[in-house]
Amino acid sequence: MSHRRILFCAGTGCISSGALKTRDALVSELEKRGIRDQYEVVLSGCHGFCEQGPLLIVHPEDTFYCGVQPEDMAELIDEYLLNGRVVERLLYKDPVTGERTSDHMKIGFYAKQKRLVLHNCGVIDPENINEYIGTKGYEALKAALKMERTAIIDEVKRSGLRGRGGAGFPTGMKWEFTFKTPGDKKYIVCNADEGDPGAFMDRSVLEGDPHAVLEGMIIAGYAIGADEGYVYVRAEYPLAVKRLRIAITQAEEFGFLGSNIMGTGFNFKINIKEGAGAFVCGEETALLASIEGERGMPRPRPPFPAISGLWGKPTCLNNVETFANIPLIIREGADSFASVGTERSKGTKIFALTGKINNTGLAEVPMGMTMREIIFDIGGGIRDGKQFKAVQIGGPSGGCLPAELLDLPIDYDSLTQAGAMMGSGGLVVMDENTCMVDLARYFLTFTQNESCGKCTPCREGTKRMLEALERITEGKGESGDIPMLEELANSIKDSSLCGLGQTAPNPILSTLRYFRHEYEEHILEGKCSAGVCRNLVTYHIDAEKCTGCRACTRVCPVEAITGDKKQPHEINIQVCIKCGACMEKCKFDAVILK
Amino acid sequence: MSQVNLTINGIPVQAKAGMTILEAAKTVGIDIPTFCHDPELAKVGACRICVVEVAGARNLPAACTVPVAEGMVIQTETERVRAARKTILNLIWANHPQDCLVCEKTGSCKLQDYSYRYGVSGSIYKGQKKEIPFDDTNPFFFRDLNKCILCGKCVRKCHDINGVGAVDFMWRGFKTMVTTPFDVPIEESSCVFCGMCVDVCPVGALTPKQGLGQGRSFEVDKVFTTCPYCGCGCTLYLNVKNDKIVGVTPNFEGPINGHLCVKGRFGWDFVDSPDRLKTPLIKKGGQFVEAGWDEALDLVAEKFKEVRAQYGADALGGFSSARCTNEDNYLFQKLLRVLGTNNVDHCARL
Amino acid sequence: MKEALKCYTEDPFDYGPVDSVLAKYKDQKGATIPILQAVQDEYGYLPYQALERIAKVLKVPFSRIFGVATFFAQFHLQPRGENIIRVCLGTACHVRGGAKIVEKLQEILQLDVGGTTADRKFTLESVACIGACGLAPVMMINNDTFGRLTTQKLAGIIENYGKETE
Repeated sequence: MSHRRILFCAGTGCISSGALKTRDALVSELEKRGIRDQYEVVLSGCHGFCEQGPLLIVHPEDTFYCGVQPEDMAELIDEYLLNGRVVERLLYKDPVTGERTSDHMKIGFYAKQKRLVLHNCGVIDPENINEYIGTKGYEALKAALKMERTAIIDEVKRSGLRGRGGAGFPTGMKWEFTFKTPGDKKYIVCNADEGDPGAFMDRSVLEGDPHAVLEGMIIAGYAIGADEGYVYVRAEYPLAVKRLRIAITQAEEFGFLGSNIMGTGFNFKINIKEGAGAFVCGEETALLASIEGERGMPRPRPPFPAISGLWGKPTCLNNVETFANIPLIIREGADSFASVGTERSKGTKIFALTGKINNTGLAEVPMGMTMREIIFDIGGGIRDGKQFKAVQIGGPSGGCLPAELLDLPIDYDSLTQAGAMMGSGGLVVMDENTCMVDLARYFLTFTQNESCGKCTPCREGTKRMLEALERITEGKGESGDIPMLEELANSIKDSSLCGLGQTAPNPILSTLRYFRHEYEEHILEGKCSAGVCRNLVTYHIDAEKCTGCRACTRVCPVEAITGDKKQPHEINIQVCIKCGACMEKCKFDAVILK
Repeated sequence: MSQVNLTINGIPVQAKAGMTILEAAKTVGIDIPTFCHDPELAKVGACRICVVEVAGARNLPAACTVPVAEGMVIQTETERVRAARKTILNLIWANHPQDCLVCEKTGSCKLQDYSYRYGVSGSIYKGQKKEIPFDDTNPFFFRDLNKCILCGKCVRKCHDINGVGAVDFMWRGFKTMVTTPFDVPIEESSCVFCGMCVDVCPVGALTPKQGLGQGRSFEVDKVFTTCPYCGCGCTLYLNVKNDKIVGVTPNFEGPINGHLCVKGRFGWDFVDSPDRLKTPLIKKGGQFVEAGWDEALDLVAEKFKEVRAQYGADALGGFSSARCTNEDNYLFQKLLRVLGTNNVDHCARL
Repeated sequence: MKEALKCYTEDPFDYGPVDSVLAKYKDQKGATIPILQAVQDEYGYLPYQALERIAKVLKVPFSRIFGVATFFAQFHLQPRGENIIRVCLGTACHVRGGAKIVEKLQEILQLDVGGTTADRKFTLESVACIGACGLAPVMMINNDTFGRLTTQKLAGIIENYGKETE
């Protein structure tokens, strides 16, 4: 029997779903049968399909099992591994067709993806450098070290790669500026302070393929003439930090990092800095301040970090996904890279699909794919057969786009034009039960909380916008609130110091642009159609659906529900405190909102 | 240094490369409002009141931080700029007490001046306001952080100029405040009460205690003088109303320091103190009695002679004051040597 | 806010841990944040005396150290519970009902967000996103992640960490 490889996804998602326990069960079952040595059991990085975790993939045939529990392992070995009979019930079931699929790449979630940056994620053991080297790892570095520095920069420029962190600044130009700034000491900084709620691609890349990021950084260091780099990682990502540390040690042992790299005389070292919990540190100047040990308050630009960055030295900052693209560009060539994507946005982009969508997870797609393809083909559509309402792109700095824009090809420019932005690539899908005013309120709560407090428009303005939204969602809105919000939002956008403040009004401006009627409905009619804003809804019992089972009366904390056994119940809306306990408890969907 | 050509409000301007828009505008007499800017301090671009419109820029950059560039076309008072400034003023007012009638700063308050300039009368925004207890625990100044607009000038003065660093920003976002570690009263902090922070505060958050209610800035005459406290010779302005000193303003342009210390800044009340000695006093029969200078000096000379005759010249010693000038001190040691002793010292040496 | 600043001091204060952290990082550039992190790991929070000592050794004004300590969400100026419950309120969790999870936890623990139980067993916090959006709604207790939460599951989970339910 040939040597087989069993991969367990060991991303944060699958680990919290119990992947390690299932792995232990598999190993012990294999041992029991005395066949442990015939199988290679590997913990890989994230496969992106967190929704279905824990995930298990058997190579070479690439059979994909999901939701695997420790008690399933005996059956999996006896049926599948030993006898080749696929365990149907552990296969992925398409939420729409109900069909089960065993072939990994035929699953809708994966079929339309183009996994270039993620090609190693979920395939190799991220804690073993040999596996990375086995998939052409560090070949780009070898090639780059033989190139002229300017030739590397030209190659990156020609590839058309734009920063994956949000604003989409051309990476090659950034490198060139830093290269051209004179200085005896320069720094490379990798921004891994992925703070956008609803985005976790950087985390997955760091957890699943840390060497790709390191390789990108080393190449950047060589190209711009830096000998030191920092990775600034969120402290909330302990697994990413751990794998990065292992990767750095291994790269040093193999001579890809440290002094005299691969005998070329080039020195480069990489330090890890763990963040301490501040969203604004994703902003480059705030990030630098934080590395220097200061409060993470943004500094005015110019001077840009390329001129005066970390400790006043020329510094090139890129985000994780950007660096992970670099080995690919150098190895495969700029032309090959630029053949994917749109006119002005090249390559692929990793999106984090979350919210009311069937297939939550990470998907890497070519730039220019439409939102419809991403949400419906890859994402498997909306949960529970509900209606698509909107998608929030780019986190708290981004915007909400409505169903009319589903066929918009996604790239940097189309999104900005539509009032959203690429941001880090979070895609949060909303259905008919999402209130857009409440969503705007949610984002403002976030940005207001994360405002560093330095500049007036952001510190004071986000607070006032949030208060206005709170009033509206509580049914206390006034007709002047909409123009006031618009004016305030535009001034904040115009006059704030950093990107956080300048983009903080986006969720309001975009929801006002596409869902103005929801604001008007809240203010003028005192109604929340989505049934989210507690002050604006009342709970009722649908007499036709109610069976009189009494389940609701038992959970109601204020005894607002009355009715005889086996007779339809009623809610006294004067007494009801709208806690929603009855609705959650009812098995017959008889509790409704009006 | 090389020159760049630009236009501000249609006026062609030639500015030195490296100058900020704010500085270039000043050279042609265009005034751009500022709260957090101070030529002596690091540029932070925090208050945003100085935003201007630069052709081709997406947002409104801050004039105090952006350097001029060749061919720049700048407008400092367009509708868009005015709208942003009004919003900023309205936002400040939404979180600022409206008690100008009794505020000591009235008349020299930038918030008032710009509100007047842009026609902002209190805030159009309602909501939560800061409620920070008033700090009057020290003898020198009041600290009303509810009036603080977080321009951070006091922080930069305290850290970068004075080097004490008694206060800094703490917390973040809407909760941000400038205060001492663990928010202890300023008197319990490392503050040395130089008053630099009071001098640069653009609003009424930091105001001197002395002179409270005794004169608005537009009612006082400024009398230029030299601080009498030590030989440094810092110059300052006495703020005088009806022939009474009601305050002191440092002479920021002065060749010496430009700042004052706690004594020069706050120690002027001796001038009109009823306890002040105005004539020499001689103890007669156990009581101090007022005397004339001739009588007093004769007495001193007589006693010196007696001591020298009885115990020798080295029984005499002279102790001079830091309040004297260098010249005074020179003459003083000369006098002691003429008396025959080298026993001369000075309080600043201790 | 004043309450948060109540000065927690231990008397006599054990300077051992802070001094050994300082000895390790003293010569590193920009080490303020790693030092604060390490000191918090030692004491569970940032005591007044430790901050004062850090300022003194680094030759930085106390106010600056304090400013950094209050800027970042990770740092705490008062002791916290044995178990830290962090409920994710990221976007994905928000649209899938994270707020209800917080409410239920507040009810179970009788705590406000940011508070610590009287027996110092639990501290309840919210976090902007822990990047496990696939499992929304999510919470972390110490370093364990719990996903696909429902309000019904909470009491059972908390019980495993030593909360007696009545």
